[in-house]
Parts: sequence; C-alpha cells; structure tokens
Amino acid sequence: MKNCEYQQIDLLALPTATPTPAPLHGGDTVQRREPRKARRKWEVFPGKNRFYCGGRIIVARQSGVLPLTLGLILITSGLFFTFDCPFLVKHLTCCIPVIGGVLFVFVIITLLQTSFTDPGILPRATQDEAADIEKQIDSNGSTSYRPPPRTKEVLINQQVVKLKYCFTCKMFRPPRTSHCSLCDNCVERFDHHCPWVGNCVGKRNYRFFYTFIVSLSFLTAFIFGCVTTHLALRAQGGKGLVFALQESPGRYLFLLVICFFSVWSILGLSGFHTYLVASNLTTNEDIKGSWSGKGGEGVTNPYSHRNIIINCCSVLCAPMPPSLIDRRGFLPEDESAQTGCAEIELPTLATKSEMNVVGRSSCLHGLLGTRKQPKIQRQNKVDNNGNFEE
Amino acid sequence: MVVKNYDICCVYSCCCSGSDTSFPLIFVQTHSLQDLHQPTASSKVFVQRDYSSGTHCRFLTKFPSELDSRLDKQQFEETVQTLNNLYAEAEKLGGKSYLEGCLACLTAYTIFLCMETHYEKVLKKIAKYIKDQNEKIYAPRGLLLTDPIERGLRVVSFETNIKPHLK
Repeated sequence: MKNCEYQQIDLLALPTATPTPAPLHGGDTVQRREPRKARRKWEVFPGKNRFYCGGRIIVARQSGVLPLTLGLILITSGLFFTFDCPFLVKHLTCCIPVIGGVLFVFVIITLLQTSFTDPGILPRATQDEAADIEKQIDSNGSTSYRPPPRTKEVLINQQVVKLKYCFTCKMFRPPRTSHCSLCDNCVERFDHHCPWVGNCVGKRNYRFFYTFIVSLSFLTAFIFGCVTTHLALRAQGGKGLVFALQESPGRYLFLLVICFFSVWSILGLSGFHTYLVASNLTTNEDIKGSWSGKGGEGVTNPYSHRNIIINCCSVLCAPMPPSLIDRRGFLPEDESAQTGCAEIELPTLATKSEMNVVGRSSCLHGLLGTRKQPKIQRQNKVDNNGNFEE
Repeated sequence: MVVKNYDICCVYSCCCSGSDTSFPLIFVQTHSLQDLHQPTASSKVFVQRDYSSGTHCRFLTKFPSELDSRLDKQQFEETVQTLNNLYAEAEKLGGKSYLEGCLACLTAYTIFLCMETHYEKVLKKIAKYIKDQNEKIYAPRGLLLTDPIERGLRVVSFETNIKPHLK
C-alpha cells in the first residue's frame, strides 16, 4: 500500500541559486533560517521609479529628456562663458560672468533637485487598510454585478469635492492627488509629469521646479542679451554685423536660436506657473477646469486663501513636507523574506524524504483533487486512489 | 518550476513510497495574508483623514465603534485632537516658516541638505508623544497606536492585540 506523507518545506531555507536539492531533516519541522541581509524599502518599491545612492536619489523610470535638458544648459552656458564673457568683461563690466555664474548655479541645482526629489508620492495602502476600505464600501450596499466607480464626496470649505478610489494604490486619493501613469504612483498635489526634468512635479518639488523655470528664464534672457550685445559691439567696432557673424557663425547661430526660442517658451511657462501659484492651482486642475466654474455656479477653488501673497507663500514658502515613502528605512524581517519570495525555483526532490507533520491547516490542490481540512499535528496519509485519508 | 506568488507560499513535498521508484511531488499552497490575519491575529482599527478644512493633515475625531469596549471616548478624542494640533503646528504658515522658506530659496534649497526642517522637528515630537501615549494609556488596555507617518499620513491605526488561538 502506498504511503504518501507530507512535509512542509521551509522556503527560507531554500538556496535559490543552486539547482541541487536542499537536504531535508527528519523529526521536527525545519527551523534553520539563513541570516538574511536586511533590505531597505526602496528595493521593493512598487512604483516605476529608479533609485540611486542607496535610495537617496529617486527618478522616474523614463528619464525623458533630462539628459537633453542638462546638455543644452551646459553647452549654452559653456559657450557663453568661454567666448562671450572675456570680450564683455574687457569691454563692459566684470559683473557679467558673476551674474551669469550665479544664475547658472541656481539653474543646475534646482534642476537636479526637481529631478531627484520625491515629488510627494503616497505609499500604497497596506493589505489591512485596503481590506478596511473594502469593508466600508461593501457596507454601503453595492449589489450590482459590476462595481460602480468608487467615489467618496467630502466637503472642503463648503465646496463638494469628489475623491476617487485608486485601484492600483488601493485607497481613496486625498484631494488634489492624482495617479501618474508613467510613474505608477499617486502623487500629492499632482501638477504634471515633466519629461524635461524626468520626474513628476508635485507637492514636495513644486518649489524647486518653479525656481528652476524662473531662474532658467532669467539665464536664457541674460545669455541672449549678452550675446546680442557682444555681436553689436563687434559690429560697431568692425565692418558691420555680417562680418561679426562670420567670425564664428555656428556658435552665434546656435546661441541665438536656442536662447530666442527658450526665452519665449520658458518665459511663457514661468508666467503661467506664476499665475498658478498666485491662485493656488495646479496644472492638472487648470487643464481640467475643476474650479473655473464649468461645473456649475458657485464653484470656486476651496484651497485658495483669497490673497495672492498668502497663496504664493503657502505654495513656495510653506514648511517642507517630509517624504512619505521612507526609502531608506529597513523592511521588517518577515516582510523582507516574503517579498523576496516573489519568484522561487523549487528544487526537485530525488530522494525519499522522512515523514513529518504538517503544522498548518490547508487545502490540497492539484494532483489530489480533494479538498479536505487535515487536522493539525497529525500525519496525513493518502490511500491507493490518491484520496486523502485522515 | 518557477512560482510567482505575492502571498505566503507553503510548499509541501510528498514522496510516495512503497514502489521501486519514488515520485517526488510538490504542492504549492497559497495563503492570502488577509485570511491569516483575520481570524486569529490582532486586528486593526483605522481612523481616516478629515478633509473638511482642506489638504492639511487632520484626522477624524469620530469615535470608532470597534473600540467601544476597550477605550474611553474622551481619551480617544483627546489623543486625536492633540495629534491634529501637532500636525497643524508642523504645517503652520507663519513668520518662522516664511523665513525658513526664503532663506532656503536664496541658497537654492541647499540648506535642506544640512538643516533639519521645522516639519521634521515636529514629527519627532509627534513620535515621542505617541510613544508616551502607548506606554501610559494604550498598552495597559491591550492596544497599540501606530504613528501615522508609517502609513503615509493617511490613517491613525489602533491595533488590538488579541492573542492568537493556538491548538
């Protein structure tokens, strides 16, 4: 009579890299655990982000055109400092490279801060929280076959605001929060996903972004002005503008074209964002027209302080909120092991194993085909037909 | 065989003896974490955010019915109200925060790399307060209050430590 008995394999004891079978001990259940290196939370972050420097730097997975942005700024500024500054220092004033230098440093630092800072990502709901929310939704009596879109209405400063349920993050999104499909994260006070900086712009990095575009518009306007002055001075002193241009046509053309288009586009963007800051709006809300009165009468922005200066201060000078995703924190030991078991290679057993007790309630699937609850602390036997016998 | 599973995986090996060759069989049975948590382990009560005054961090002071038998309503309200006040202090717009903001802007926000922000200082205060409350009030009643920052400032959770029923 065939006698099949079951032994639970301790997954933590499995060597994942080796194909040889793990030795199984008889007697009691395997308690041997390999000491696991504590993992940090960024290593198991579910969103589409990349981390550097041990989780200190966070960027979107698609870095967009950030290298192009950096390259353009560096090349333009490099050409300016190398060729135009010496001439202008000689003929005008030595303040020019100083001002240019300060603006350049501001631009680079704020650009890197915008790109590498957590924009205000909300961590996904834990299983307990998600279950609690599901319970609340179900208790409200949703009996239709297809669940209706889940929304919750709240009253904010006498304005009705609908909060949507995020199926990815398993929670009701707080007001002004939006889910970025490129980064697969819910971001607080979501403004937009900027491909030029390769990151979302949200609550935590909006001030960096705003400072970046304002200082960049000053820098491009400054370089444009200086290059034009340089050309004009050369044209005055020499044989005309055409001759001055011919000296280094490629460089002048490049600088003028880049700066001309940048000035208009970036100045325009800065102006637009200044308007948004003054009225405490986000690009997302402005595009959707959430508070512009399209929704009906009396729809006003409930977040605005009704005062331009207070709005500006609350957006740009408010206390810097903390990062909620705790990238550098350590995972608790049990979670570290479970999340690490997402994909495991099971060793094939070639030898007969010793019989052991199954210490858990279970339903057996697959080959047996029967679903019985074996009692705890008993040896489970299978008879000839493969039926489970207690 | 590669198993992809995000729940707990219990792997059972079965060797059928009694014949010349043994056939190793492997069953993989998955447990959902929820199934394991619900009947025997501690359960959690969540207090959600209160958005009635905007996006500032506030929690609802409505007393959850699940804590009826374990906690005073007044005690609960006092704890949540103190937390709300502390978060309001962290996010307060005032002279000090404006000064910090302007100084940060002038230094291209590099002072954030060296200085602890006002918000972080208040978060430490909140962590200390929660630890105090747990020691003095909640632990004696078999409850554990978790810091909302660990839940992304979404909820305040009370964990009721029910001892697991062992057979």
